[in-house]
Amino acid sequence: MKLHISFKISAVVLVLFAITVGMLVDVPRLDILNESIRNLFYHVTSWFAMVFLFIASFVYSIRYLNSGNEQHDLLAKIFVQVGMVFGAAGLVTGMLWAKYTWGAYWVPDPKLNGAAIALLAYLAYMILRNSLTDSLTRAKISAVYNIFAFVMMVIFVFILPRMTDSLHPGNGGNPAFSGYDLDNTMRFVFYPATIGWILLGLWISELRFRVDSLSQKMNDDLDIKSDRLDSIPRLDEE
Amino acid sequence: MISKITAILAKEITSDLRNPYTLAGSGLFLLSSLFVCYIAAKRINVVATWVALFWIIILFTSFNAVAKSFVSETRERMLYFYTLHHPGQFIASKMIYNGLVLIVLSSVAAFVYSTLFSMEINDLALFAYGVVFGASGISFVLSMLSTIASKAGRNLTLLAVLGLPILLPIILVAITLTKNAVDGIDWSVQWKYAFVLFALNVVCLALSLVLFPYLWRE
Repeated sequence: MKLHISFKISAVVLVLFAITVGMLVDVPRLDILNESIRNLFYHVTSWFAMVFLFIASFVYSIRYLNSGNEQHDLLAKIFVQVGMVFGAAGLVTGMLWAKYTWGAYWVPDPKLNGAAIALLAYLAYMILRNSLTDSLTRAKISAVYNIFAFVMMVIFVFILPRMTDSLHPGNGGNPAFSGYDLDNTMRFVFYPATIGWILLGLWISELRFRVDSLSQKMNDDLDIKSDRLDSIPRLDEE
Repeated sequence: MISKITAILAKEITSDLRNPYTLAGSGLFLLSSLFVCYIAAKRINVVATWVALFWIIILFTSFNAVAKSFVSETRERMLYFYTLHHPGQFIASKMIYNGLVLIVLSSVAAFVYSTLFSMEINDLALFAYGVVFGASGISFVLSMLSTIASKAGRNLTLLAVLGLPILLPIILVAITLTKNAVDGIDWSVQWKYAFVLFALNVVCLALSLVLFPYLWRE
């Protein structure tokens, strides 16, 4: 996996744009929401980036089961790790927003519980990975669990909250943010921000992928040349 | 295909009937936890608490009952099955068997529980539907996950860690459905929960049938 330089530049530009313009742009003045409506640019975009990365991980798990290529397994793992960082960011920004609009950091709401449980399922995925030592068995079993967890996450986060009452915007009869955005100024920031965070996530994943595959290679070489310790390849030689 | 599945099913049933202690153990676990809850709480007036406690008991019993289904199979015996059956047939019959065991156990649980903690159930048919399909959904997920956990070697702890987040959609829908059934809420509200519970069963069944062949040879 190698990202073209233009993707990296646009990631930086778009994220900077989202942070600065997201704070400066005129937003609709609404009761209760007030300035907290700007959270759309940070909270919703990090969830979108998380969902994108989890979908990528799901796809790579399926590809691994078809191909048996260890790189696909590594990518599936990395996308989950980076996706969880975005998930945590989404959770924290959402909690801050909830404190100022709903009055509490956490409310027993189906959408919130779904999000927390989805993150728990992916933590379980990491625990499962760490409890298996043989790399082939680990790759296969964790790919199966990842597919199972992803399907359940989709049901839990996107289908069940729509069936019951939910405080969360966009669920249970509440309008989503698009309902408040009458003159499309928010879309003008929201879409670039989403793309920017997704690209940034991909970039982080790429870096992690390169580091992890290098350290894997180093371990493999160590096994072969364990009797000649002075010939360990160093990272900067790559 | 069907005859193979019934053959494995018959093998499971006869081997459990010949050595009934594991099944009896699960049953006893269920009865003791029911009785502990009864001694601790004596009366439960709130419907939400009543239903939640019931499903917690079912959940713990099912972890206990299903965990043994793959742990009890030794590696050599799995290799032997591998020469005899198609993996899809194997997991299907395991799931059907675990589903039957859990449906029986949770029906017993429902009977004993509602005797100990008296509660007027307004819509008995829908309550029974929720218990049956909730139990079968739990057993489908746990049958699949217990193979995963048994490969990793750490059985019950890992099964709980892997299972709880994945089981939550099923449990949540089952709890809402049965709670509404106890309250006697109308079908016009309930049909969507009934449908989703059924659909979750189908999803779990299909996912396991597709994914199990990849785990099989490990």
